[in-house]
Amino acid sequence: MNTLPQQLANGLLLGSMYGLIAIGYTMVYGIVQLINFAHGEIFMTGAFGALTVYFYILPDGTSMAIAVPLMLIGGALVAILIAVGAERFAYRPLRGAPRLAPLITAIGLSLALQEVVRNFYPGADRARAFPGLDATHDIGSITIKDADIFLILAAVVCMAALAIFVRRSRTGRAMQATAQDPDTAQLMGIDTNRIIVIAFAIGGFFAAVAAVAYGLKYGNVDYRMGFLMGLKAFTAAVLGGIGNIYGAMLGGVVLGIAETLASAYIDEIPGMNQLGGQSWANVWAFCLLILVLLFRPQGLLGERVADRA
Amino acid sequence: MTALLEVEDLRVSYGKIEAVKGISFSVEAGQVVTLIGTNGAGKTTTLRTLSGLLKPTSGKISFDGKPLSGVPAHKIVALGLAHSPEGRHIFPRLTIAENLQLGAFLRKDKEGIEKDIQRAYDLFPILGERRKQAAGTLSGGEQQMLAMGRALMSQPKLLMLDEPSMGLSPIMMQKIMATIAELKSQGTTILLVEQNAQAALSLADQGHVMEVGNIVLSGTGQDLLHDESVRKAYLGED
Repeated sequence: MNTLPQQLANGLLLGSMYGLIAIGYTMVYGIVQLINFAHGEIFMTGAFGALTVYFYILPDGTSMAIAVPLMLIGGALVAILIAVGAERFAYRPLRGAPRLAPLITAIGLSLALQEVVRNFYPGADRARAFPGLDATHDIGSITIKDADIFLILAAVVCMAALAIFVRRSRTGRAMQATAQDPDTAQLMGIDTNRIIVIAFAIGGFFAAVAAVAYGLKYGNVDYRMGFLMGLKAFTAAVLGGIGNIYGAMLGGVVLGIAETLASAYIDEIPGMNQLGGQSWANVWAFCLLILVLLFRPQGLLGERVADRA
Repeated sequence: MTALLEVEDLRVSYGKIEAVKGISFSVEAGQVVTLIGTNGAGKTTTLRTLSGLLKPTSGKISFDGKPLSGVPAHKIVALGLAHSPEGRHIFPRLTIAENLQLGAFLRKDKEGIEKDIQRAYDLFPILGERRKQAAGTLSGGEQQMLAMGRALMSQPKLLMLDEPSMGLSPIMMQKIMATIAELKSQGTTILLVEQNAQAALSLADQGHVMEVGNIVLSGTGQDLLHDESVRKAYLGED
């Protein structure tokens, strides 16, 4: 069960989830230089949006083949609404304010969203069951669940679509221009406010996809699930080079694999036999972040800081 | 007939500091009008206000018969006012071709856009040779050409150029000035901000000298070129 290929697959899956969430951090940062610390909670509300569709809207016994797409739509609607609402009512009024103001707002918003879900969503104060996709498949020495297949397919499709959108579409081009030079983008006739809203919405959508995958894979969700996942995804974004969408995905995968391998094998190194296992996984993940910040502060795919105008 | 651009008693402030203190001038269609003056005179602030990046505290701007107050920057371009900003501000990580396409962001006529991109390459052949290259790899002068070409892509009724010769070698400066002269001969209306007063005034139909937020002297380009106070202050004569 715990062969190296299995561990690599586990890491890749976890990393894809980090990468999907990291897109939201990196796109928003790339365009408005804001670390949206409430993004983990946007991920969490996406999970509850999907859960609502499953338990309160769909009739009992709906097949998962129908339920999952509808849950994705429900989760995405909630996450996008909250992400765009946060931009419009919390961050936009603070544009031009000192950097600290939107940062504190983001942290406040993050706590507020957690508390709203904890207090008002039935049963959300502890882990709530989420429908799982638990059927397993053996591929060589690797065992994966249906939920894993959903996750990897969703991540690949979303990333490919995003890359094409940013590179080829008119709006994507406008997005790149706004990220590179917002004032000049306006001089081209680009409505930069609209571009910012789109960046938040895409981030919300990707977070909701990750949230549905999370629920299907782990079988439960709770109001605090966004905290650690958000922090890890933020780490992935920084690791890959914040502002770079390919960096976010690469950073996610690198982080997921590093964390999984470290918790599986580090205790085999002489003298480190106490430091393995799941309980140390977060320690190794954040150690990796520290190393990257020390030796390659721009991240794996980040532009050299001097290139930024 | 009213002028294409009319500015009346325009005032602009950064917080408590007033950078433009009530200036009035106009630009007729087909004219080249220049604003000259030292750093901090308020020339760039004036252009940034005209294109909507800054909000005036008071005064009237009308362009092509329509008031510009309250119109956001991205809609002003659509009215036919293009701005090539100070410091060029090309998009460094996009290619030259992509930069030019962004200049035509609001246009829908694909064929017309292609034609105008070709025109920009004819005007500045170096841009055509490097069309697939990231704009950030161009030299300063080439970036200036790109910024001008990009501004022209919106088919503006009025082209505003802010310090097009800034930081360029004398040869490159001559080239840029020659291009502005060529655009003028093709009938392009231009509002030119320059620190190279000699070159700007030789080209201009009308010139205004700005000092600390005010227009202190106005006249035809030739008049100002021969004005003694202008020669002393801006053309480096004793």
